Amino acid sequence: MPSKLVDKYLREAHLPHIWCPGCGHGVLMRDVAQAVDNIGLDRNKVVLVSGIGCSSRAAGYMDFNTMHTTHGRALAFATGIKMARPDLEVICIMGDGDASAIGGNHLIHAARRNIGITAIVFNNDIYGMTGGQYSPTTPYGEKGTTAPYGNIDRPFDIAKIAQACGATYTARGTAYDAVLTTKLIEDGIRHKGFSVIECASICPTYYGRKNKKGSAVDMYTWQKENSIRVEKAQAMSPEELKGKLVVGKLSEDDFPELTEQYQAIIDRVRK
Amino acid sequence: MAVTNKKLVINTKWCKGCGVCAAFCPKGVLKLSGEKIEAANPDACIKCGMCEKRCPDYAIYLEEVE
Repeated sequence: MPSKLVDKYLREAHLPHIWCPGCGHGVLMRDVAQAVDNIGLDRNKVVLVSGIGCSSRAAGYMDFNTMHTTHGRALAFATGIKMARPDLEVICIMGDGDASAIGGNHLIHAARRNIGITAIVFNNDIYGMTGGQYSPTTPYGEKGTTAPYGNIDRPFDIAKIAQACGATYTARGTAYDAVLTTKLIEDGIRHKGFSVIECASICPTYYGRKNKKGSAVDMYTWQKENSIRVEKAQAMSPEELKGKLVVGKLSEDDFPELTEQYQAIIDRVRK
Repeated sequence: MAVTNKKLVINTKWCKGCGVCAAFCPKGVLKLSGEKIEAANPDACIKCGMCEKRCPDYAIYLEEVE
């Protein structure tokens, strides 16, 4: 018999999941379930959409109305669902490659439209499922199977991109700080408009091994020691923040949500 | 004072032995035994539940006891 939370929100027949020992995705998936539980949403009114990649296995494990779509297109499918049924709570779980490379265009346009979807990015800084290729969030100089001498590209800051493109709620949590991350996801779901919660995950198998980061415990410890709350970060210089993870609610803006605006047009022209 | 209406449950079938719960347990209750976790020092448990929140495999949790 699993815990009450797991029993209520996960498909037990599919557990244990296939994620590697210590993988941060398992922790983050629990945070999502806990956030939904804290809000008290009706499970049948929640739609979980995922793309392709390690992160996107979550749609198979979570017991909501779920959709496991094509690579990078979780937000495209989710947009369709939300436009057709604005009454549903639509949550997207994507990976860093899924959200910012293959689906980068969908991310920026969903943000621009401010559609009422909660986008949760499980960011492990690498393509785990396909064998450890570097992704758009792999830090500069770090290694992947396709960057054996170190990555020469600068990484994306997914939360910042989303904010710049119009997302009205952006936040960053970590797999280490489950309490904070759960709260950020909860606030993101409650937020009306497009919300992006970038969750720093860990990939001990590929990213960790390639970059000699030690065990899963070492990687969580790194997150613990290098996370800086946004309130504190505001008083710090860019040099001091180099290589750190700024966590917490990064932005919240007020702008009309897409499906509400769309409905207002329908109501107006039908008069 | 320890909270007694909760019980620590370990599901060894789901445990993958990553050791995260043991490493971050504030009271040193948990220990890896081979490839699985065990409550080596259960009396010290304060039932904070952080192991449950940190376990990537949902293999450890607190259960309400009647």
